[in-house]
Amino acid sequence: MRVWKLPPDVDTDQLAPGSAMKFGLDVIARQCLQGVRPDFASGVQRGDVIVAGAGFGIGSSREQAASVLVHLGVAAVIAPGYSGLYFRNAFNVGLLLLTCPQAGRIDDGEAIAFDARAGTVTRGHSDGHGQGRGEVLPLDPIPGFLLDMVDAGGLLAQLKQRLHPKEMRP
Amino acid sequence: MPAMTLAQKLIAKACGRSAVQPGEVVTCGVDLAMFHDSSGPRRLQPMLAELGAEIWDKRKVVLVMDHYVPETDDESRRIVRIAREWAAEQALPHVYDSLGICHVVVPQKGHIRPGMFCVGGDSHSPTGGAFGAYMFGIGATEMLGVVTTGEIWLKVPRTIFMRWSGRLADGVSAKDMMLAMIGRFGLSGGDYQAVEFCGEAVTALPMAERMTLANMSAELGAQVGLVAPDETTRQWLQGAGVSLHRQDLAPWHSDADAPGICHAFDASALAPQVALPHSPANVRAVAELAHTPIQVAYIGACTGAKLDDLRAAARVLAGHRIAAGVQLMVAPASVQDFDAARQEGLVHRLTEAGATFLPSACGACAGYGSAIPEGSTVISSTARNFKGRMGSATAQVYLGSPFTVAASALRGHIADAREVLA
Repeated sequence: MRVWKLPPDVDTDQLAPGSAMKFGLDVIARQCLQGVRPDFASGVQRGDVIVAGAGFGIGSSREQAASVLVHLGVAAVIAPGYSGLYFRNAFNVGLLLLTCPQAGRIDDGEAIAFDARAGTVTRGHSDGHGQGRGEVLPLDPIPGFLLDMVDAGGLLAQLKQRLHPKEMRP
Repeated sequence: MPAMTLAQKLIAKACGRSAVQPGEVVTCGVDLAMFHDSSGPRRLQPMLAELGAEIWDKRKVVLVMDHYVPETDDESRRIVRIAREWAAEQALPHVYDSLGICHVVVPQKGHIRPGMFCVGGDSHSPTGGAFGAYMFGIGATEMLGVVTTGEIWLKVPRTIFMRWSGRLADGVSAKDMMLAMIGRFGLSGGDYQAVEFCGEAVTALPMAERMTLANMSAELGAQVGLVAPDETTRQWLQGAGVSLHRQDLAPWHSDADAPGICHAFDASALAPQVALPHSPANVRAVAELAHTPIQVAYIGACTGAKLDDLRAAARVLAGHRIAAGVQLMVAPASVQDFDAARQEGLVHRLTEAGATFLPSACGACAGYGSAIPEGSTVISSTARNFKGRMGSATAQVYLGSPFTVAASALRGHIADAREVLA
């Protein structure tokens, strides 16, 4: 679960480039963040976390900008602030966004842990540096109904539960 | 009854309450859900099938084909075919195919009125706020929730009032006002709250200019950008076939003592502005960029190619030729705007000046087509200049008003239209 550190104002054209938008998520994924972190698309592993600056997800309402990260297995995004539109899209597609005012303290490459309901991020070990390990950073509280949505896998899964409860497996 | 802002009043009506307070989470009934060929059918059809669900009220749904038209390759043909077939199969009553960009076509066809609560599957949906309607952009899964339930939750926003006194000088426009605000407050300055544009300089604006303000409230990071409706609104809507009486407009304004943050601006002192690569917030006065050479001038998008924008460009370029080495492309925001421009002689004037007309669709604003050559320096009347946004990874894109774009095309470098108009 390593950290990929990104600058502020990463916009939706970076996450889901316009030229890829006519294609499916597998194509979009290959171009995801190529203008900001060219090593991301090929290097990201399931369970990795993005730590970004403020304004993550500004720009378009294209929800592919959030679902591409789900597709790539990103466990969460941690940032001091997000585009409001992106925030809604993320939870709707099951992408966990954690708001952490001190996200800037986390280093690229760290192995961190987080607890969304408890509202904490625990810093881990980064290559060659022991500094910061074990430091606990607070997260802004997330409304329970949004956490429930992510746990369910997004709004579509929840709507399925609501409309066809008998068809949902236990 | 506590004093409320326009935003609060619109939300209160939509959620069936007499009053709401900022910070409350409420569920609102949706009067209109708009989506386009990119955000709509190709996403909704499979999800609706998976749910075994139907659209809640087809009369409240509008589909506009504006992103992948005109079709240029197999993928765009496939996407547009899915949209057309689904629209026919669903017997959708409101479908606008290749008539122009959704944020301009939807009001032109009379779908937006003061007091409505609307959502759109596009981030420039706040354009509807120019008509005193609460309208914001949502993603496709959120839209699925709306079309199956007819409802959406939101957190009642605070209102940030942008109060403009004075009057814009000739050659200075709503786009310059927006760039000044985005430059000052940044891409997240709106904090996903409600922005309301007010003051004598705003009320003096024609509808198309108000639409430009509301449109780019997206670049301020606001959820909505509102202008209280008035006689200007009523007359424009009359032309769109919507008859309103004064009492239809009366409720839709912020109370004098409504709480909110207020920022004051002087329109009389405003000079033309541009946003430098690669952010709409990277704003400077045109005067500071004198003689930055450009190769491409682009007048397009819902933001900057409505009839008023085409008139502005034609005023600057009438009787002149654009500079050698410059390409000027004009993609009118709608077929209606293009037809009106033709009747007014604007198309002739711009073509004589050296402009190439492109179809009325989103086009290069969102990176479709191949209008923007690699490595070029572009000045554009669109809303976003993020790196790669317009379809070229290496282009340097400046944003400006149609006046500024036209003056720059004339001179071959970024230029102040007031010097040309004088």
